[in-house]
Amino acid sequence: MSTPTVSTTDVPEEQRGRGALSGSDGRRADAKRGSLLPKIALAIICVAWTVPTLGLLITSFRSEDAVDSSGWWSVFASPFDFGQWTLENYGDVLGGAGMANAFVNSLVVAIPATLIPIFVAAFAAYAFTFMRFRGREVFFAVIVGLLVVPLQVTLVPLLQFYGDVGLTGQFLGVWLAHTGYGMPLAVYLLRNYMSGLPVSLIESAKIDGASHFQTFWRLVMPMSVPALAAFAIFQFLWVWNDLLVALVFIGGGDNEVVTVNLAGLVGEFAADWHLLTAGAFITMTVPLIVFFSLQRFFVRGLTAGSVKG
Amino acid sequence: MTIKIANAVIAVVAGIGGILVLYLLMNLIVERLPQRWGDRLRPYAFVGPALLVVGVFLVYPMVRSFILSFANGDSTAWVGLTNYTDLLGAAEFRETLVNNLLWIVVVPVFAVIAGLAVAVLADRLKPTAEKVTKSVIFLPMAISFVGAATIWGFIYTSRPPGQPQIGILNAIGEVLGFDPVAWLQLSDWNINDFLLMTIMVWLQAGFAMVLLSAAIKNVPEETVEAARIDGAGEVAIFFRIVVPQIWATVTVVFVTILILVMKVFDIVYVMTGGAFGTNVIGVRFFEELFEFGNDGRAAAIVVILTIAVIPVMIYQVRRFRIEENAR
Repeated sequence: MSTPTVSTTDVPEEQRGRGALSGSDGRRADAKRGSLLPKIALAIICVAWTVPTLGLLITSFRSEDAVDSSGWWSVFASPFDFGQWTLENYGDVLGGAGMANAFVNSLVVAIPATLIPIFVAAFAAYAFTFMRFRGREVFFAVIVGLLVVPLQVTLVPLLQFYGDVGLTGQFLGVWLAHTGYGMPLAVYLLRNYMSGLPVSLIESAKIDGASHFQTFWRLVMPMSVPALAAFAIFQFLWVWNDLLVALVFIGGGDNEVVTVNLAGLVGEFAADWHLLTAGAFITMTVPLIVFFSLQRFFVRGLTAGSVKG
Repeated sequence: MTIKIANAVIAVVAGIGGILVLYLLMNLIVERLPQRWGDRLRPYAFVGPALLVVGVFLVYPMVRSFILSFANGDSTAWVGLTNYTDLLGAAEFRETLVNNLLWIVVVPVFAVIAGLAVAVLADRLKPTAEKVTKSVIFLPMAISFVGAATIWGFIYTSRPPGQPQIGILNAIGEVLGFDPVAWLQLSDWNINDFLLMTIMVWLQAGFAMVLLSAAIKNVPEETVEAARIDGAGEVAIFFRIVVPQIWATVTVVFVTILILVMKVFDIVYVMTGGAFGTNVIGVRFFEELFEFGNDGRAAAIVVILTIAVIPVMIYQVRRFRIEENAR
């Protein structure tokens, strides 16, 4: 499930999700522990990976004067110089720059665009897994192939069509587009998961007289919750972090989402880093909350879905 | 504001409710049919809506883009291959293609190396330290490309000599005695391209690490032990014993990041807008569509991109077939 590009066999099930970010079991660690060099190398890598985000976070809480007159690292020399700290940047970005409005828009775009595809995909995945019908292999091969199609290839015709029917700038247009773009991945993930469910259970439900609809609703859906959650998290973050689709179908103005707002700020206030850093951090809050609270599902969802076009 | 939220709530309720009612209705109709017809049609009631959505939003637009790429800017007349010949004849577009080529080689290679290095080294730490290290490397995966571009824009920022350098790269340069450099405008030897690629490596190394780490932990301990008994050093064990056994995962990670990088848009769009010789196909397409309003040429650009993806697509479907047969 974690590697839709190719294979579900490369990474054993017990390593996925559960162990993805967790420590090793100590099975082999004892033998090699003790050497200092790897620890130093890792420490350097960790610092290099953290510094960019740390600089952003610190700068977003510093006053305009402080940001302009010294680098953010100077706060380590004088952390108790309270004159430099402020929440004003956040106030300015949320209010004046319209980030608060964009934040609500992002939620309005991302939540329906996450929930709507799930059910459609689940029914299809059930049919691909447990039903025999003409065209099954071909349809599924097409879905696998579509996983990697760059979504840019759909934009010109869809934009023309949306222009004709008045859907540009509307939330409905992006909800539908994201439902379409998320569908191949959702069907693929759910079908892979469902084909790992015990067939005997489904067979015995059939013998007990359950229809396909009942089996799907009462048995398969509840058992597929981990895969549904992984897809939901991936799709939500994908839509939340997306710039291209939002820019093309909604653009700027009253309905703009956080990524479009931030990209606009970068263009408009190119040198006002106290504002840009606060704006960037606001756009990152939701993904970071998901990261820290749902890390297990988060890793599973992102690694599973990273091929999406 | 309230209207928007109400709209979203209605969309969720009506969307999901509508979908469920649709399936219930289709199921009822199928149940009423004679059994033979019901059994034959029921699967299509289940897959139909998904296929419809995929058809309307992916397959049909793809075909239509292909057709539009042979038409003029506002899709009113056929122009044959003009869009393609114009594009490929322009030095500017060829430079864009070369940049994309650099991206798809450099980013996957460095992301895999970084991910592999962390996976291998962290494997030797105590479980808690390993968990913290991996979380630190993986965290950027949560950040949007636009957010990452802002973060790194601050690192690369430069100010005229004499003013305090607030971008860390130029501040370090200043300490070492160099003049401030406008990094993103530095197109010699594609330096600015590489600085943009750094951002993508920073974002994707965590993904590589998670998959490679799982693969490394899955290497049978006996094979490593046997090599050690035979007197192999740690480095030899890594390259001769471990790497061959995780090679399949390395390929998966490489291809996955490669596909992502082919379509790169946000980072370049936000940081340079494609100026200073940093343009890529994704940004070039957007320019053609919105700044020049030339639908035909925009379509031609994405058709070129899609053709470049086809080998990966074939590879993917083929691997999937093999896997299915092994099931």
